[in-house]
Order: sequence, then structure tokens, then C-alpha cells
Amino acid sequence: MKSDSSTSNTKQWKFAIGIAVIVGVAIWGAVSGFQASKTYYVTVSELLSGKNMHQHIRVGGVVQAGSIVRQGTMLRFRLAQDKASIPVVYVGSETVPDTFKDGAQAIVDGTYTSDGVFRAQTVQAKCASKYAAPPPGPGRQNTAQVERP
Amino acid sequence: MNQVGSVGLIAGLAFALYAVVAGIVGGKLRSLKITRSAERATLAFCAMITLSVISLEFLIYTNNFNNAFVAVHSNRDLSLPYKFAVLWSGQEGSLLFWTWLLSIYCSLAVLLNRRKNRQLMPYVIAFAAGVGVFFTSLTFFVANPFRELSLSSAGALIPFAPPDGNGLEPALQYRYMLIHPVMLYLGYVGMAIPFAFGMASLVTKQLGDNWIRVTRRWTMVPWMFLGAGIILGGHWAYNVLGWGGYWGWDPVENASLMPWLAGTAFLHSVMVQEKRGMLKVWNVSLVILTFFLSIFGTFLTRSGIVQSVHAFAESDIGPYFMVFLAIIAVVSITLVFLRLDFLKSENKLDSVISRESGFMFNNWILLALVFAILWGTVFPIISKAVEGQVVTVGPPFFDKVAVPMGLMLLLLTGAGPLLAWRKTSFESLKRNFTVPVAIAVVVGVILFVFGVRDLYAWMSLFLGSFVAACVLGEFYKGARTRQKITGETFGGALYNLVARNTRRYGGYIVHLGIVVIFVGLAGLAFKVHAKNVMAPGDMMRVGHYLLRCDRLTSGDTPNYTYETADISVLKNGMAFTELKPQRRFYKASQQPISHVVIRSSLAEDLYVVLAGRDPGTGKAVVEVFLNPLVAWVWIGGVIMVLGTLIALVPSRVEREMAQIRQAQLEALEERA
Repeated sequence: MKSDSSTSNTKQWKFAIGIAVIVGVAIWGAVSGFQASKTYYVTVSELLSGKNMHQHIRVGGVVQAGSIVRQGTMLRFRLAQDKASIPVVYVGSETVPDTFKDGAQAIVDGTYTSDGVFRAQTVQAKCASKYAAPPPGPGRQNTAQVERP
Repeated sequence: MNQVGSVGLIAGLAFALYAVVAGIVGGKLRSLKITRSAERATLAFCAMITLSVISLEFLIYTNNFNNAFVAVHSNRDLSLPYKFAVLWSGQEGSLLFWTWLLSIYCSLAVLLNRRKNRQLMPYVIAFAAGVGVFFTSLTFFVANPFRELSLSSAGALIPFAPPDGNGLEPALQYRYMLIHPVMLYLGYVGMAIPFAFGMASLVTKQLGDNWIRVTRRWTMVPWMFLGAGIILGGHWAYNVLGWGGYWGWDPVENASLMPWLAGTAFLHSVMVQEKRGMLKVWNVSLVILTFFLSIFGTFLTRSGIVQSVHAFAESDIGPYFMVFLAIIAVVSITLVFLRLDFLKSENKLDSVISRESGFMFNNWILLALVFAILWGTVFPIISKAVEGQVVTVGPPFFDKVAVPMGLMLLLLTGAGPLLAWRKTSFESLKRNFTVPVAIAVVVGVILFVFGVRDLYAWMSLFLGSFVAACVLGEFYKGARTRQKITGETFGGALYNLVARNTRRYGGYIVHLGIVVIFVGLAGLAFKVHAKNVMAPGDMMRVGHYLLRCDRLTSGDTPNYTYETADISVLKNGMAFTELKPQRRFYKASQQPISHVVIRSSLAEDLYVVLAGRDPGTGKAVVEVFLNPLVAWVWIGGVIMVLGTLIALVPSRVEREMAQIRQAQLEALEERA
């Protein structure tokens, strides 16, 4: 009887160790990965008010019409929300998506430097009207923007 | 046709509702007559939704832009196969498609199981049709694809039809897009059937082996589709999106991975219940969790609640899904608690080094992975609720969790099947693992000598060779043994070995597929990326390739205009290939998209994108990726599907058993 319960105890310990290793690895990965990649999502006006100075910031807004400047592989534009806007310089290595154009909804990830320029590592863009689907009809051709000639 | 489609939906809803009621009543009263009418209602539900789908496809093919859905998602010049895909390219059509697949699954479940599982079937119908009621109502009342365009003018509704549609999203105009969403949906939707069986077994207290045996098959089918859908999604992203990768831990990708992982856990832990009568609560819970995550995945994808690169829709269907998820959770958890007495384990774990504990560790790892991914995916919502600020986590979070967990799983993939049930002796460990460990060590040393220094990549290949040796060893040993007894040829013995136990050896083949996928994933560590602005005559060196831009051309088709860069490639100084990456501008949707060209080989992919033109100089912006071993990811996916198909074939032994059971059942019925 006694030896039986003691072997069952050690058995349970072994299981506990195995599961602890699994859960431990998961938590370790999650915590370190979280620290490395957590990104605060702020609005343009919040950013301008200077409240949210974090390491990694993600800002959402609309690409201000006519603000896109391309020089070689470098890209500058203004990200706007309502009346406020910030200058963005794209410093990432990947090509910006095809949906990036005047008036598109864009999300930029990066850091907000003290000189008031947002240095974006990544730019994601979503065609503003595509999914919201206003009734197509007269006027659609006028609002549609052509990115490049 | 709009009316026909709507009538189909409302009639389908009525039949589904009737099937729920008749299923419950038929089950309670044990009335075969009422149950039969529930079965017929299920088939009628399917017929009505089919009618709706045909109506919508008819509207799409006849370019009826009076229909709002067709006007937004299709256009006249879209090629015919893609017109079919318009069905699932928008919110309303997707929900209709979901409902349709569900109705087909329900009908198949009825037709294939009604004779075999008399007691379970009424409730299976009730639960499956209950899911159908939700999706049909959602399609009819909230996101109806049969709305006609109308514009309010001076208080009156004036219908009008635009001359041409908005067009199918260009990124979806890709041949695998014709099957990727279908596969994914077949995966998501199909999980409703094992869920219905699980719930029915709880209601009827039939918690023995029977529901597990039936459910295992019904889980394998959607599990296979979901896996294929995930891989095809990666393939699509890789071939179309032009960022050189196939997996980015996007919420939508995570949404499909979670139910797949939970389903994987279930497919493994059922074996412990079948063999040892253990883990009954756990298995029922896993079936519920898998289905819950499928619906949750659909919810994430369709509601736009989480910001995603391919967030499909920002819509008002979110709250309906939340209510539905809450209902699933409450009903299923209550049922499990009510039946806890019937779910007692018949055995205890004997040893840490045994098959069943291997399965337990496998399950813990899979579930830890599911919850880590879930946490990371919904963290923006949680942080918004707790801190009032949206905080997102990126790919490094998921990688840090998933890579070590994945490697532990990979180890179990090889070691688990070789462990004995109950307890594995040291002798048997030595007998089974000496050769695989030796092979893995040799491979590991060779890799190190040839300069593989990335820890995770090295681990993938090291463990991968161990698993491959374990699994192939099983085939070899089994066939040799058979050969000795029967005197067959080696090939014949191998065939008969697999045919006699399709489930086991099919499973091993799936494990081999996993190894092959890990080989492909290891290649990620050696990725090369370069980008350059090129005029005709300019050269660019990437790895051992030299790219020369020959000329830039442009052209026009009915669907899109395009620019092409003609690039000739030299490999190690020798002429290798010519590539024509293209940048297209789709007319109907007014969207540009890059048409990636990939020169793929088993060793590496040369991946070239014409990213655009430099507006100042007119030069082409060319982006190049060297992606080693990517092809193995797709090959591994194909192997997994083949393995699952083999496992689905009833083995000879199983068929004989099924015949005996059926004969017994019929004898019992005759007596009654």
C-alpha cells in the first residue's frame, strides 16, 4: 500500500514537472515576446498632445490627399485624422502596399521622434471605400484615385 | 431572381427551425416518425439554401448589377471562373456560402449516420440545424445578399442599376483563391458536426465509444480541409501579396490556426479514450472548444473587431456572433456539468513514459499554443477594456511562443507513436530510439559543419530527421515483419500493412508531412531580401544570382492595364531564366496590384516583385527575395492531406467490425 502511494506521488511529480516545463516555456515566450513587440495604438490627436510617448506606437488615420512625396525608395506623407495631421517618413525596407494612396486608411508602426516626425517602420493601408461599399453610381469615377499615371 | 433567393433563405430558415423542434421532440418521445420528419426537414433546408446559392450565382453570371452585392463585388469583364468566386468575396455572399456548406454537412451527416446511430441522430439534427438557424437568420435578416439597389430621392425609392460593377478585389483574382476560401470554410463549418455529435451524446448519456468513433471521422474531414485551407492561404499570401512571406500572424490567419490546433489535440486525445477509457470530459470539452474557436474565427474574420491587414469587413454582425458564442458556451458547459457522473475515467495514468502521457503532453502543448495565440490576437480588445488603450502585439510575440512549442511538438510527433501504452520499458526505449537518435545526431553534425548556426533552424532539421527516422522505421519494421510471416514482396507487404491499419499509417504519413513543413519553416532563417531602382541595362546582385533589367513595357487588357519589367537572370554567371514581373492596374476596382513572379525549386525560390515606378526618374523599383526551402511547406501540406485521406479509408479490420455491428443492430430491430 505504502509503496504504491509513494510511486503514484513521484509519478504525479513527474507529470507536474512536464506540464510546468510546457507552461513555463509558453509563459517565458509570451512575456519576452510581449515586451519586444507590444505596440500602443494611438490617434493622431493623442500623439500631438504628447501624452503617449512609448517605444513602439501604431497610429491610424487617412493619407492626406496630395501629401505623398516619393524620392527613390524613400516616402514621405502626412497622416491625418479630422483636422489634425502629422508628417510621416517611411524608413522600412518593404514596399508599401498597393492600397496605399491619397485618401486611403493607413496604419503606421514606428516611433514618434522629438522633432515631430513619425518614423514608420511599416505602413499598412486599406482602400477606404472598398469594403464599406457605398452604392456605386455616378460620381464613383470622380472619387476614385489613380495612384500612378 | 432576388425574390427567389430570398424565398429560398426564408424557407430554409423555416425548415431548419422545424428540424430543431422535430429533432428534440423525436428524441424525447423516441419517435421514429418524428425523427424521420426532422431528417427530411434537414434535407429540405439544404435544398432551399442551394436554391438561394444558385439564384445568387445566376445574378452574378447574368451581370445583374441591380443587386447590391453583385454591383459591389463583380464586374462585367471578370473572367468566368472568378465570377463563381464572387459568391464568397463579400460579407453577405460569404455568410450565404457558410450556411450552404453547413446545410450540406448536415444532410451528409443525416444520410450517412441515420441508420447507425438511431439514438444520437435526433439530437445531432437538432444541434446542427440549430447552428443552421443562426446562420440562416443572419444571412436573411442582417446581411442579405439579395438586396436591390435603391436610392432615396424626394422621399420615394427609385431603383436603378449601375452599368457595371465595382469589381472583384484584384488580390482575390488568383487561381488558388477559387479553392482557398472553400477549403477554409469547409474546415470551419464542418466542425459543427462533431460538436453536434458531442452534444447529442451528452444529452442522451451515450458517452461510450460510439460517439467518439463516429466523431473522429467527422473531425478528420474538416480538420483536413482547415489544414489545406491554411496552407493555401499561406500560398496565396506568398504568391499575391508580394511581401515575400507566407505567414504573418495576422488575426485572420490566427483565427484559422486556433481551431485547427484544438482539432489536432482532439484527434490525438480520442485515442486515449478509445484505448483506455480515459479523458472523457477532456474530449467532450475539446470538441466544444474546437467548434467554439471555429465560430470565433468566423466572427473575427467577418466582424472587423480586430484590426487586420486583410480585415474583410467592418460590420454590424459582431453583436449577433457574440450572443451566439455565449449561447454555445452556456449550453455546452451546462451539459458537461450535468453529465460529469457519466464522464468518469475508467483508468488512471500508469507512467510518465507511456503513449497516453505522450498524448497528454501533446494536448498541453497544443492548448498552451491555442491560448497564447488567442491572447495575442484579442489583446487589443482586452487592453482597450482594461487600460482604455489599444495595445497590439506583433509577430515577435507569436514567434517566441510558437517556435519552442512547435519544436517540442515535433519531438513528440516522432517519439509519441513509439511509446507503449501504459508503461514503456527502458529496453523498448533503447530498441526503438537508438537508430533514430543516431541518424539525427549524424544529420545534426553535418548541418553544423556545413554552417547551419541558427539554433531554431538547426533544431527543426535535427528533430525533423529524428522524427522521419522514427516514422519511416515503423513502416520498414512493420513491412519486414509482415514479409517474414506471409512471404510477400516488400512492396506488397508495405501496401497490406497500410491497408490493414489505414488510420495508424495514415497518421504516420501526416506526421511525415509535418516534418516536411518544418524543413520548409527552417528555411526562413536564411532568407535574403534586396531592393533596387533599375533602368534598362541596370544590374543587381542577390546571393548567387545576377539580375539584369532588359526593358520596361506596358499594355492593356479588358480587365486591367499593366507594366512589365523584362529581367534576365544569371545564376553563378550562367544564363538561368527570364522573368517578367508585372504591375497591374485593375479598371473596375481602380486598384493597382503587383503580379509577383517566382522561380521555384526544391532548394530555394527566387521571388521578384515589380513594386512600382520611381515617379522622379521613371525607373522600375524591383524587389527580390531569396527564400530557401519554401517549396517544402507546400509539399508537406500535400503529404498531410494524402495521409489524412488514407486514414479516412476504412481499414479492412474496421469494415469487418462495422458489418458485424450492423448485422447485430438489424437483428435487434427485427426482434423488436
